[in-house]
Amino acid sequence: MTEVVFWVAAVVSVAAGVAVFRTDSMARATYALAASFVAVGVILLAFDLDYLGVIVILMMIMEMAIMALFMIMLMGMNPALMPMSMVHSKRTATAIAVVVFLGLATAALAIPWPGRSGAPAADLTRSLGEAVMGSKMLVMLTISPVLFATIVGTLVLGHPRDRYQRYGDDLDRARPDDPIEGGVGR
Amino acid sequence: MTLSLVLVVAAALFAVGLWGALSQQVVVMVMMGLELMINAVILAAGAFWWFTSPSPDGQVLLLVVVAAMTVEMAMGFAVALLLHRRRGTDMTDMAGELNR
Repeated sequence: MTEVVFWVAAVVSVAAGVAVFRTDSMARATYALAASFVAVGVILLAFDLDYLGVIVILMMIMEMAIMALFMIMLMGMNPALMPMSMVHSKRTATAIAVVVFLGLATAALAIPWPGRSGAPAADLTRSLGEAVMGSKMLVMLTISPVLFATIVGTLVLGHPRDRYQRYGDDLDRARPDDPIEGGVGR
Repeated sequence: MTLSLVLVVAAALFAVGLWGALSQQVVVMVMMGLELMINAVILAAGAFWWFTSPSPDGQVLLLVVVAAMTVEMAMGFAVALLLHRRRGTDMTDMAGELNR
């Protein structure tokens, strides 16, 4: 059964991945990417990685919904109704991708991978939680400021008014040029 | 199902994502290519965990990869938004220079 689930999910993940760039609308490309991620999430579930598999599936569905919003916002039209093909350096990209695939696939098939050492924990989710809150806490402590920096960086980049709007192109304005003086909310 | 076969599938996903990241002109589509490449890394890491050493360490590595993907998406969207606001475009070819 696991074998069947893996092969179906594997074919779906790769086919959906190809469809991302073959379909003629960005909306369908988003759905295809979501399908690819869900298929990989299913493979993780087949590996008994219940927690991570569900996280990947839920996260990616939400992420693709946000991506669809951005596409509609940036493209300024209904992406599902507008066929498109916007590529450059197609031959070079194809050559590089084929070479990378052949290299990775050859390595995957030629390398004598070691066998399994040890057995998975009885409750994998519990073991992950204990690792995160115990021996691997430093990893999570490192990720936390990275995520916080991402929030700050995203806000700074995404905010419509930055210091150049407020203080001029040369940042030489004595007082900021704000629509409402005194800052937001006053 | 063996580790080698799963890695071949991951390699295929990675190559497709790489093709998209290199060939697409729209920033959001380039991000989709990068996402597919990270998708392949998730699959490969999960397979390595399952077939070689099913200890919690591998699961933590997968969590880190998922976090990296989140960061990539958030910053990518922010840059795409900034590019669209400043240049009125979402094409990589029109963002060759980082001047204001």
